Amino acid sequence: MYNKEKQILVSLITSLLILGFYSLYIYYNYIAGNPAILNDFKFWGECFLILIPISILAQIIIHIIFAIISKIVTNEDVPTITDERDKLIELKSIRIAHRIFIFGFLLSMGSLAIGMKPWVMFIVLILSGFIACTTSGIAKYIFYKKGF
Amino acid sequence: MSKCLISNNIRKLRFHADEMTQQELADKTGVTRQTIVAIENGKYSPTLELAFRIALVFHSPLEEVFSYIVENK
Repeated sequence: MYNKEKQILVSLITSLLILGFYSLYIYYNYIAGNPAILNDFKFWGECFLILIPISILAQIIIHIIFAIISKIVTNEDVPTITDERDKLIELKSIRIAHRIFIFGFLLSMGSLAIGMKPWVMFIVLILSGFIACTTSGIAKYIFYKKGF
Repeated sequence: MSKCLISNNIRKLRFHADEMTQQELADKTGVTRQTIVAIENGKYSPTLELAFRIALVFHSPLEEVFSYIVENK
């Protein structure tokens, strides 16, 4: 398995863990004790704004740790260059992620249109962002593994 | 309908170039080894610029490195 493929797997697992732990943290610290907070837009705004820097920071830290472990175990440097194939794969996977997120966005607006509670819309938005991110990672992995 | 295939002789040319490694070729052309592997295995068709860079490394004309085959279905 090449470094890029390992990096993608690490990214996927990291994003899964971050969202999982963050959701649990939010649930047990805020929602479990006060379910009415779900209807508070300020709460959702804070949730989104805190999740973004946390996930970026965690991804950076985990990638640094991965690079160090990879260097120790395989004695191979993590490639720093991004060539034309990497860029093409990145673009293709971003396109997939955008399509999924747009679908999720429409679904979230649909939930409002049919009269569901606003928190359903926020959960659909978070989930569609997560699914888009995961699918993009899986697509990237497949592109690297099987070619295109 | 016709299917287009781009094949290459990179493996053979590397052998004739004193068994040049994939990493050496990658370094000389400014791409990752993984990209060279993908090109050699026919999993990725390089851009014209990269194709020329690879040909330049082997001091060969482009058509000696890459060939274009049209298969009629």
